[in-house]
Amino acid sequence: MYAFDYQRPDAIAAAAAILSADPEAKALAGGQTLLPTLKQRLAQPTALVDLSRIPELSGICATTEGVSIGAMTRHAEVAASDVVRAAIPALSDLAGMIGDVAVRNRGTIGGSLANDDPTADYPAAVLALNASVVTDRRSIGASDYFRGLFETALEEGEIITRVDFPKVEKAGYAKFRNPASRYAMAGVFVAKTAAEVRVAVTGAGQSGVFLWTEAGDILSSDFTVQAISGLALDPSNLMSDLHGSAEYRAQLAKVMLKRALASITG
Amino acid sequence: MNASVSSSVTPIGAAVRRKEDHRFITGKGRYTDDLDRPGQTYAYFVRSPYAHARIRHIDPTAAKAMPGVVDVLTGADIAADGLGDLICGWMIHSKDGSPMKMGSHPALAKEKVRYVGDHVAVVIAETLNEAKDAALAVEVEYELLPAVADLATATDGEQIHDCAPRNTAFEWELGDKAATEAAFARAAKVTSIDIVNNRLAPNAIEPRAAIGEYDSGDEAFTLWTTSQNPHVARLVLSAFVGIAPENKLRVIAPDVGGGFGSKIFIYAEETVCAWASKKVGRPVKWTADRSEAFLSDAHGRDHITHAELAMDEAGHIIGFRIKTRANMGAYLSTFASSIPTYLYATLLSGQYAIPAIYCEVDAIYTTTAPVDAYRGAGRPEATFLLERIVEKAARERGEDPAEFRRRNFIKSFPHQTPVIMCYDAGDYVASLDKALEVADYKGFPARRAESERNGKLRGIGLSAYIEACGIAPSAAVGSLGAGVGLWESAEVRVNPTGNVEVLTGSHSHGQGHETTFAQLVSARLGIPIDQVSVVHGDTDKVQFGMGTYGSRSGAVGMSAIVKALDKVEAKAKKIAAHMLEASEGDIEFKDGRFTVAGTDRSLAFAEVALNAYVAHKFPTSEIEPGLKEGAFYDPTNFTFPAGCHICELEVDPETGVVEIKSFVAIDDFGEIINPMIVEGQVHGGIGQGIGQALMEGVTYDEDGQLVTGSYMDYTMPRAGDLPSFTVGMTQTRCPSNPLGIKGCGEAGAIGAPPAVINALTNALGTEDVPMPATPSRVWAIAQARASRLAAE
Repeated sequence: MYAFDYQRPDAIAAAAAILSADPEAKALAGGQTLLPTLKQRLAQPTALVDLSRIPELSGICATTEGVSIGAMTRHAEVAASDVVRAAIPALSDLAGMIGDVAVRNRGTIGGSLANDDPTADYPAAVLALNASVVTDRRSIGASDYFRGLFETALEEGEIITRVDFPKVEKAGYAKFRNPASRYAMAGVFVAKTAAEVRVAVTGAGQSGVFLWTEAGDILSSDFTVQAISGLALDPSNLMSDLHGSAEYRAQLAKVMLKRALASITG
Repeated sequence: MNASVSSSVTPIGAAVRRKEDHRFITGKGRYTDDLDRPGQTYAYFVRSPYAHARIRHIDPTAAKAMPGVVDVLTGADIAADGLGDLICGWMIHSKDGSPMKMGSHPALAKEKVRYVGDHVAVVIAETLNEAKDAALAVEVEYELLPAVADLATATDGEQIHDCAPRNTAFEWELGDKAATEAAFARAAKVTSIDIVNNRLAPNAIEPRAAIGEYDSGDEAFTLWTTSQNPHVARLVLSAFVGIAPENKLRVIAPDVGGGFGSKIFIYAEETVCAWASKKVGRPVKWTADRSEAFLSDAHGRDHITHAELAMDEAGHIIGFRIKTRANMGAYLSTFASSIPTYLYATLLSGQYAIPAIYCEVDAIYTTTAPVDAYRGAGRPEATFLLERIVEKAARERGEDPAEFRRRNFIKSFPHQTPVIMCYDAGDYVASLDKALEVADYKGFPARRAESERNGKLRGIGLSAYIEACGIAPSAAVGSLGAGVGLWESAEVRVNPTGNVEVLTGSHSHGQGHETTFAQLVSARLGIPIDQVSVVHGDTDKVQFGMGTYGSRSGAVGMSAIVKALDKVEAKAKKIAAHMLEASEGDIEFKDGRFTVAGTDRSLAFAEVALNAYVAHKFPTSEIEPGLKEGAFYDPTNFTFPAGCHICELEVDPETGVVEIKSFVAIDDFGEIINPMIVEGQVHGGIGQGIGQALMEGVTYDEDGQLVTGSYMDYTMPRAGDLPSFTVGMTQTRCPSNPLGIKGCGEAGAIGAPPAVINALTNALGTEDVPMPATPSRVWAIAQARASRLAAE
């Protein structure tokens, strides 16, 4: 680890001021990616701006549309939240499947979304549920937020404050874990509203999380497991590595979609 | 499990809890990295980023000027001090009689680097971070050479060592070629197989570490290091590398957190820490991080083999021939040459009466990390090959693999195999029968049908393994090329108040010696187990020892303790005779008391011990005061643990995920000192064996870069991947050592991989299932199966 300054502001504005003044400073949320990166000397920020003592960034509350989750809310809190479970049980399930207990006790939803790891779980939920990522500057719709591998619509120094999830009729999540890292090799979140069905896939795409529109279209007219029996995901934009080919990931995405559907359609 | 022992004595066979665990689980173990020496500096190694390159130039000037840097040392400095190379201690001769081609292996590279992670220079600084910063400033100019990363094509690759044309260290053979050819000529059936035994990274939980310290007053070195055999480390560093004579070099291996073989060897890092401590005049500490461990710990396995099994009409195996290419990596590590030869080919008869065996092994250099012993060391490779081809042969004959094995089992002992080993005792039918019963082998078809109804493919597979442990009779291994004897030493020091210190040349790094060795002494002397302390791992305390590997500490290390205890008892009897005013021949020793036979006159062990030291009641002209005896024990034979493992599993054809539904291990380890510790060894071994079969595999890309350099890509088995094992025993006493012990440390890792893969090939209906059988590979095979079935 290289030396860095450590700051722990107690207000969003103060954090934003530090980050704006110093482009080499990094916001520290749960640190589940950033700290290992620092330990391996793969990053050398001038300062870490710890967001953990900013009250507005934490907490979960029910809204008229659904549920709003503060950016610094830990995965374990989301998994255990009655409010989240009442609104979107699949989101609780997803949070409970992230990493292991230690990761869930430290990792945060805002940190996960700001990092936008292509194998992270939350991006699938945010995209399928068409959630809004709210920052200290604006609200960003899910479809605009994810821009590629570790790339988001966030600007320099912009801080996620909360994520607003709309309620849906039905939702489900299933993932296949990479045998070594246990990150998603294919994680599929399916969400049904009165208007449409959205299917988002994480872990498999070359450019990070994506909407599987063909699956969503089919399921919009027939929300059953049988409806997708003939469906196949095009492997040409999927990752291929030591752990599996693009074809294998396409297969996994299909199977995970089936299992996510089975979990909600019975 | 609780100690079901009420008396103060802990008998052999009691599942007593481990004495050392209180220290370990309360964080009070003292590992090398826990130690800090006054004035300590930190070493960080500049490692080669390339698999194969000539070093044109190293310029440490800028690095030396960095903050906190004490010194930067290179291979030139080592050469200037006249230090020798790291060595391989087992000489193998090729078929043509020529000695193996041992490429020069300096602790810091001189002309060339030969694998990613090879040691180029060391930076010594006040802090680790300063050492790391300065390491980036060491300027190294490389001339890149083609990597030789693929074992199959390595003989046609760029030459790695000047002394080794076609990158071949040796071309070795064992067995009777003519007799084997003759067997094949008259065979009614031949089964052949091609096997890749995957390369593994050892992954001890404690990474390697070292602290070197030089005392300029005594002109003596102390080296703390993560070693399974500190005396051998001292011997090599003294006699071959030339750090210092043995009386000026103390090696201490304190608590060590697992080894699995990887800490047997003498590596560059500890060599450099010891040497550099004199150079800079301060203690030098190095601890590997996990990335360095992946790069530079000696790996295991890595064979490519073609083999053929000849059978007669009735299904008796009549011949076995094997051609193996073994990956040595970039250098011959300390015991590397013995692993694919005398620890491999000598086990190719397995549990079977095979009249003719011929094995050829080509040992090949590649630009990858050195390969050496890893849990099982050669024996898993032999067992995997044999148990796969036997299974395949049975299936090709349309016969139950259990019955094919039973017919071919060795059934009388001693049995001389055609590959050196003479098995002393065993009952392979007994372990097979028990395993079949415990696994409910007969009920498998019904379970398979049930799985099929659930869309799953179910398979069952056997493995009837044997291993050679209790390594090893010194003259025998000497005749095969070993540079050392493989006896063990022990010293039993009885203190005046009757408690005991046992000094052993074995080294415990997870095996529980502090308990089992104490248990042996407690039972023998009739004193409570907590009055026995086991001292190991320090060359200043223990005179000499060969260390712990090859499941040898029970069979060899404890036998040495028995020998020393015999001497203690003999002397104590003499003293007791004087105290009891009886003749020595009338003294009986039982349950911790010396008794005059036929009388009620007796003394407790502690009374005699005290008298040995006060020396008031016996003539010191006849009997020396004190009660301390030492012994060296050289085994008369290897020991031959054996057993039968049965794995039953289910494949999800949609995802390729393999779920092990049951794993039965029935082992014959001879006499058992502590069944709880033995079970633990079996569990750990099976875990590693399943890891090899389904998860683990070191992968280099074509440029020789390590792809599986972290746990993000190298899959270690986790508890959740494993079922609850069903472990049982059969028992035949080992006739070759006083305790009847065979050894249990490696059995699981040896027996499990073929059981798993035989089950998988059974489930998938093809013999072609590679290790590790990862979900993506299994899925592809299941897909091919589905297409095949659809076409039929």
